[in-house]
Amino acid sequence: MISRRDFLQVSMAASAMVGASGFGNWARLAAQQALTQDDLLQFDTFGNVSLIHITDIHAQLKPVYFREPEINLGVGDARGQVPHITGAEFRKLYGIEDGSPSAYALTYNDFSSLAQAYGRVGGMDRVATVINAIRADRPDALLLDGGDTWHGSYTCYHTEGQDVVNVMNALKPDAMTFHWEFTLGSERVRELVEGLPFAALGQNIFDAEWDEPAEDFESWKMFERGGVQIAVIGQAFPYMPIANPRWMFPEYSFGIRDERMQEMVDEARAAGAELVVCLSHNGFDVDKKMASRVTGIDVILSGHTHDALPEPVLVGDTIIIASGSNGKFVSRVDLDVRDGRMMGFRHKLIPIFSDVIEPDKEVAALIDEQRAPFKAELEEVIGTTDDLLYRRGNFNGTWDDLICDALMSEREADIAMSPGVRWGPSILPGQAITREDIWNVCSMTYGEAYRTEMTGEFIHVILEDVGDNLFNPDPYYQQGGDMVRIGGMGYRIDVTKPQGERISDMTLLKTGEPIDPAKTYVVAGWASVNEGTEGPQIWDVIESHIKKQGTIKLEPNTSVEVVGG
Amino acid sequence: MEFSRRDTLALGAGAVALTALPLRLSAAAADDLIAEFTGGAAVADGGVNLDAPEIAENGNTVPVSVSAEGASAILLIAAGNPNPNVATFNFGELAGSSSASTRIRLAGTQDVMAVAKMADGSFAKASKNVKVTIGGCGG
Repeated sequence: MISRRDFLQVSMAASAMVGASGFGNWARLAAQQALTQDDLLQFDTFGNVSLIHITDIHAQLKPVYFREPEINLGVGDARGQVPHITGAEFRKLYGIEDGSPSAYALTYNDFSSLAQAYGRVGGMDRVATVINAIRADRPDALLLDGGDTWHGSYTCYHTEGQDVVNVMNALKPDAMTFHWEFTLGSERVRELVEGLPFAALGQNIFDAEWDEPAEDFESWKMFERGGVQIAVIGQAFPYMPIANPRWMFPEYSFGIRDERMQEMVDEARAAGAELVVCLSHNGFDVDKKMASRVTGIDVILSGHTHDALPEPVLVGDTIIIASGSNGKFVSRVDLDVRDGRMMGFRHKLIPIFSDVIEPDKEVAALIDEQRAPFKAELEEVIGTTDDLLYRRGNFNGTWDDLICDALMSEREADIAMSPGVRWGPSILPGQAITREDIWNVCSMTYGEAYRTEMTGEFIHVILEDVGDNLFNPDPYYQQGGDMVRIGGMGYRIDVTKPQGERISDMTLLKTGEPIDPAKTYVVAGWASVNEGTEGPQIWDVIESHIKKQGTIKLEPNTSVEVVGG
Repeated sequence: MEFSRRDTLALGAGAVALTALPLRLSAAAADDLIAEFTGGAAVADGGVNLDAPEIAENGNTVPVSVSAEGASAILLIAAGNPNPNVATFNFGELAGSSSASTRIRLAGTQDVMAVAKMADGSFAKASKNVKVTIGGCGG
């Protein structure tokens, strides 16, 4: 169901290439309670190559709820373009009916009630079933993992990624690239990578000292599938040492390095590649720009910014696939490769409705085995919530409102800061909050909750700096997170302005007074990238706060005024 | 406590420079350097390769490479540093290629520039904006 406009673009760019995309409109079936696994998996096998893409799982081995963003603004050329379209406009663009399973999977509206109807999403045992079904159609399909896999849960933290590695190995991926994995520390990453029965790729992972490609990761790998030579080039997250603590992996340097990407494409083509696939953790807008600068990439499997798109986006002759996060989706891309080039594609973003897709028994047992040693800790109920708790969105979400409340109250601060990460499942109104739920939104290897003093001027500098990482009109200067979440302080942001002029009207909420640039405020936060940060772990801070509250009730957060969106 | 004073200072160092730096003064100094290097001749765009990261991983040591085929000298400038003069690389007639790599310290987000004296005596330049950021919020 690719749009007419895109078809025109394709036919102009590559006269022989044809494409199709299928994301079911299952509203009637669901209304009849008859949506089946077969409906979700239905796919007319096409061409001679199949790619399976999953990315940004964040260690979510079990099904979760995950609300997509309400606010996801694009700037510059990305303004009003996917993935910067949400809610009703998104449904209109893709012809999705209100209240349908697709509406639940891809948009935020009526999330709590739709979640009651359609249930949880994801779960690696369900993902295994989908992968097995695709492999039944096409036994030599390539399974590619876009990274952010070994991070984000209680069990992942306590096993230093081993639980996820064990489960993912059972799915038999062919290659993987990386981001949060590096926050396990470079020694642990190398230990895990050495043991992987598949390729660990990253053409932009460099040795920091010598500024040359790191020996521990391959840039690309050739696979022969369906009689086609397929080169898969890895692209790790370019801004690892900036967005995450550099001191945890000092031997490595990253960057976009699109000139080297071009060299790798040329090298792969010279070695006989008929199809070039980039397994990327760039983030969607960065991938779009890279596709416009590097020639010869047929498919970019895009990760990092957690966007889920029911159709590929076309840039020149390159198709870009966005497969969501937290195990919520798997993308299947069938390709017709003939005479050394991609002649057409068929694509489907498969939502993993956990109540519809049968879990794979072996993988389900393997997941339970990983969780067994921690079962009591995971399942302990800490409190309940009256309100939907979610994170995704450019400026705030109720989970971070709760985390900021916890920081201000437990750490006696005027202002709280919570990082704008995009991972973390949602909790429905009335649901119990377990220890596992808390860890799912804050687990990390640098979770210390600091308490410090900052001047009003410095707080302004921080907001401007983070704002530019999100709203710089050049995607190559964007790091792919959301805005830092602020508790106890309101502000106004004009996303169209340059750095230094976006943030104004900073107000201390408890007094209603403007923030004084010269005055000092007590600020609590977590996830500092600075070595030696001290404080209690953020999960202990949140747990203590929720225990005292018992039942969580949150006031609507109206403290950020957004202009220019 | 939770940020040590040292860390807070480290956190602040790059950022404060963004606002406190007398950019206008530095820019004027950069123009003076270029004028001195070229003797006031016109400077064309193109013909010079300047490789630097979009966002510095560490503002204290930013890898920068410059090259210009056949150039006899390349002036490297960090336009926003208190002293923008980084280096002048001179290449003799026996030089295999006119290229150089080094690491430089950047006081904040700024343009890094390279001006080359080409084989024919003309001048060409390239420029790249390198961002120095606090960081800390990855998706």
